[in-house]
Amino acid sequence: MKNVSYIDRPNRPLFVYAVLFLAFLYIPVLFLPLFSFNDSIYIAFPIENWTLQWYRDMFKNEPMIAALMNSIRVGVVASVLSTFLGIFGAKAVTRYHIPGRNPMIAVIMAPLVIPGIILGVALLILINRVGIPLSLYTITLGHILVCVPFSMATLMTRFEGFDKSMEEASADLGENAWWTFWRVTLPMVFPGVLASMLLCFTISFDEFILAFFLGGTDPTLPLYIWGQLRFPQRLPNVLALGACILLISFFVVFISQWLVHRDHDSIKSAG
Amino acid sequence: MSKTVTEAGVPVARKRADIGWRSRLRAFYNGSEGFKGYTLLSPTLLVMLFSMCVPFALMVLMSFWSQIGYEFDTAFTLKNYDKVFAEPVYAKLLVRSLLISATCTFATVIISYPMAYYVAFHVHRHKMIWIILMTLPFWTSYLLRIFTWKVILGFNGAINSGLIGMGLIDKPLEFLLYNPTAIVITLTHAWAAFAILPIYVSLEKIDRSLLEAATDLGDGPVARFLRVTLPLSLPGVIAATVLIFVPTVGDYVTPALVGGPDGVMLANLIQAHFGIINNWPGGSALAIVMMGIVGLIAMLYIWMTRLVVRNIE
Repeated sequence: MKNVSYIDRPNRPLFVYAVLFLAFLYIPVLFLPLFSFNDSIYIAFPIENWTLQWYRDMFKNEPMIAALMNSIRVGVVASVLSTFLGIFGAKAVTRYHIPGRNPMIAVIMAPLVIPGIILGVALLILINRVGIPLSLYTITLGHILVCVPFSMATLMTRFEGFDKSMEEASADLGENAWWTFWRVTLPMVFPGVLASMLLCFTISFDEFILAFFLGGTDPTLPLYIWGQLRFPQRLPNVLALGACILLISFFVVFISQWLVHRDHDSIKSAG
Repeated sequence: MSKTVTEAGVPVARKRADIGWRSRLRAFYNGSEGFKGYTLLSPTLLVMLFSMCVPFALMVLMSFWSQIGYEFDTAFTLKNYDKVFAEPVYAKLLVRSLLISATCTFATVIISYPMAYYVAFHVHRHKMIWIILMTLPFWTSYLLRIFTWKVILGFNGAINSGLIGMGLIDKPLEFLLYNPTAIVITLTHAWAAFAILPIYVSLEKIDRSLLEAATDLGDGPVARFLRVTLPLSLPGVIAATVLIFVPTVGDYVTPALVGGPDGVMLANLIQAHFGIINNWPGGSALAIVMMGIVGLIAMLYIWMTRLVVRNIE
């Protein structure tokens, strides 16, 4: 057995800290599903009667279903378009030595460090001046802007992970750039593309701040929830809906992150 | 994988035909790699540049206008800026926003650092699962994560009703919700996952032999951490600080949900200018001043930390 370096030795206090940290991250979020099974419309311990009523109500709630469909529409369009832009950008910055690469990446990543309210207000002014009515389309535009940085980051990992010589081999065998892309590059980065789409969909699906400024009369799901928060008697419905959204988001993001990291690791170990 | 490459070789014959002027053009094009790269990058770059620069330019322009009912008077005026600097309420809200954000950023980085350190240095198997677990909550609904703290801290919330149920208190604790502390707790929880990633990446990059060298040369664990690990991980800490400080200064959802009257932040006022106050030029000026000050603070911070690091070295 090799001599384990003191650096790598297990560290029990840090392990306990890590578990406590995860508890801090996850336990607060669990209160939503917990109280969504509460019979009373008031949040209070101990929970006396358990019920599934709020979940049953959800399926009959037409405005909510409409908002859900709006969110799905916006999410699908935003995730496909941002991933499309992400593929171009990620391939360009990882495959070519372009002058001024880092400033270019910084420009594309900028929405990450611009407060949502500033982006929202600025886009609102643009849309108002151009004279486009606020609608789901304007929300989609805003969401593309915040999704592209995440898509780029996800895909850059993926492009860096596979060997450039694969593409060169294809070019040497007579394929032009488009066919090389379709038959070599895309299949190789496909898990990254899928991960990016899932991630962008979740970001768009949960995004509130831009939707708040850029939304018209059709609400997305977060806007619908925001509207419901004003009515205390609607609290249980929000809790049930929130629990479902959290569950689905966790699942989708877990798959997307797993796709990114799994393949990145396996490529690294193979190469 | 290898199958794809073999298949890729098949349609060669089909393409022989179009060799000619195209191939000459292609030869020129292939010769310049930067040009080729930029062609590929341009759709993304142009979309991002256009949808950031044009709105910002318009916002700057609008901040020199004035609002008349639902229309704008486009005559150049500085009165929006005069108002921002003259009225003490703006300065007060700005200072409060900066203080709340700074506290939250500090708390987030402090609690995330040991976690990132643990995963970078002490987790050897299933690292991927740990990374996903740490960052997962960040991707889920921001609105719901804020709302959950309202459920926990509220007057009739989980903590109060739990403590009353256990007989520890008689009436609900009112200091839990609707104050700046509630905002700090909520924001720290919401952004913790975002702080971990940059710190983790910078820790993971540290060459382990440097740490062994430090030990061989007689440094104990504390000295080794302070003299090797911490300085080398500072880029990650700086990135995390900026990534959290800048967006949280502009948050208006958290103060609106858990802040109460004492927790109103500058961003709430900006939002109101585009809503009930209906003064878009005023709101634009406010947003620009806020961005300017936050940007200045962030740059000053980065510059100072770099200076400190250079002096240590």
